[in-house]
Amino acid sequence: MSSSRYRPGSLIRERRKQKALKAGMYAFLILASLPIIVGYLWLIVGAFSGNFVFGFVPKGFTLANWSFLWKPPSPAWPNIWRTLLNTFYLAFGVTVIVVAVSTLGAYVISRMQFPGRSMILASTLILHAFPAITLLIALYYILRTLGLLDTLIGVILVRAGLMVPFSVWVMKGFFDDVPWDIEMSALVDGATRFQTFWKVMLPLVRPGIAAIAIFAFMSGWAEYIFLVTFVRSPDAWTLTSYINAIIGNYRFTNYGLLAAVSLFYMVPVFLFFLFTQKYLMRVTVGGLKGGR
Amino acid sequence: MAQPERRQRRGGALRVSSTWQAFLFLSPGLLLTLAFFVIPAVVTAVMGFTSLDYRFKWDFIGLGNYYRMAHDFLIPKILVNTLVYTFGTLGIFNVTFGLILALLTTSIGERAGLFFRALWLLPRFTPPVVYAAIWLWILSPTKNGLLNGIRAAMGLPSVAWISQYPWGVIIVTNGIIGASMGMLIFSSAIKAIPRDYLWAARVDGASWFQEVRHIILPLIRWPLMFITAYQTLSLLTSYEYILLITKGGPYHASEVWSLYAYNLAFSSYSGTYPFGYAAALATVLVVIGGVASVVYWRIFRFRQMMAPPKIETA
Repeated sequence: MSSSRYRPGSLIRERRKQKALKAGMYAFLILASLPIIVGYLWLIVGAFSGNFVFGFVPKGFTLANWSFLWKPPSPAWPNIWRTLLNTFYLAFGVTVIVVAVSTLGAYVISRMQFPGRSMILASTLILHAFPAITLLIALYYILRTLGLLDTLIGVILVRAGLMVPFSVWVMKGFFDDVPWDIEMSALVDGATRFQTFWKVMLPLVRPGIAAIAIFAFMSGWAEYIFLVTFVRSPDAWTLTSYINAIIGNYRFTNYGLLAAVSLFYMVPVFLFFLFTQKYLMRVTVGGLKGGR
Repeated sequence: MAQPERRQRRGGALRVSSTWQAFLFLSPGLLLTLAFFVIPAVVTAVMGFTSLDYRFKWDFIGLGNYYRMAHDFLIPKILVNTLVYTFGTLGIFNVTFGLILALLTTSIGERAGLFFRALWLLPRFTPPVVYAAIWLWILSPTKNGLLNGIRAAMGLPSVAWISQYPWGVIIVTNGIIGASMGMLIFSSAIKAIPRDYLWAARVDGASWFQEVRHIILPLIRWPLMFITAYQTLSLLTSYEYILLITKGGPYHASEVWSLYAYNLAFSSYSGTYPFGYAAALATVLVVIGGVASVVYWRIFRFRQMMAPPKIETA
């Protein structure tokens, strides 16, 4: 390093260069993020406006797009509140099954020694990488055989089943972090294995349960491919089917309605996102897959 | 029932319970996995040897479907689409753009970085139909859409973006979601690099680009390989957003392998819903997916990847 670097002039020049670099970074990030920013702004503004002038200038304020709340856009479509209830049912169903099944499984894998343990552990990791979507045709056939086609419970079971390997793996990490002595002392005091699990361990892994529950809920809430493939009848529609129908019927015409229903659908997503954003950043790593 | 004197500390597990108890706890998970991974994989493979269609009759036709695949005039086009889509999206967005986002958001300061990362994560958590709705508005062929609205304001005629640029459309729309995965993993890897390394470089007068080139990139090469491998498989098998935005059209121009199988089985355009042939197409992906996930597991051991990367002596 030459001493000439420390001439005051060069320091100032250096700092200016740093500032220019940072400005360039911001400019790039903002430019690159424009489609996302503009897209989500449209959801919000477009929901309260008629079709935009020139595609991007809102045309006055109106609530007309929200008439779907009391009157379906097409007489063949179900009531929106029924649809909303179905969406909640799907999301909660997935959450309950995933949480129950994977905390039990993860506890066993983390704490018990039994034949086949390492095989099961390996297969959770392998299945996590396996692209389950390739099984769709067979899943259709299996649900058809079980009489679960066109029911939400079928979609719930499939989605929950596909999430279990990942959730078991996340929960196992949380159980591994609980010190041995805590559990030992409960067992020494005469608690059964299940009591130890239920009363001692579960409260200690609450953050893990929250994480997998949020993931399960969000993925049930947003469910698309299994839903539109397996469920047709309007009685079992969720908001995804509803918007899918809007896209199908008014593909390039009624953008106001499309934005309004989408915004309605996005409310829990925005809420979850605001409250859990930092938390999600930590656990998403490796969590999701897809083209996604 | 707990008998602490029987405990053994071996491999970190404690033996105060019987094997049947362990399997009792595990049984719901095993059942679900059996029903929705193992059995469907077997069913897919078997179905691929039948002429199953809308009548749901299992007639075994040996390699008939694979013979048909070899002679399907659409297959070459589908293959090219699949390769362009997978490696185009991967190369431009999932790896390169993900890396750029990670580098920039870790360089501009904590709060601003967090904001941009959250913004890029939003599409990933958006229901696919809503994400598609946004793009259908942006890319609308009418003047009510964003791009054509802007063109109209400048006095230019409308462009049918989706049917004129199907490849570009599927790459960009999937890439914006795909980039956030690389962004997350790369930025946590970058943040795990000891600050001393970067300070040392800065004292030595390294520019930001030199820092990236000589310190950051070599230290995050494992996450880079991981994302490349992992997302190749994801892209190869995913088609949700393509189905929503272009439906594979126009005239199969954006139809990838997985979507072709889906459309054969579930959309009416072929008339007979040839499940058997579609299952044979899916079997190809199931085999690739199965082999790849075992290979990834062996190479990366997943766990290791998720832990902060170890800094080897540079």
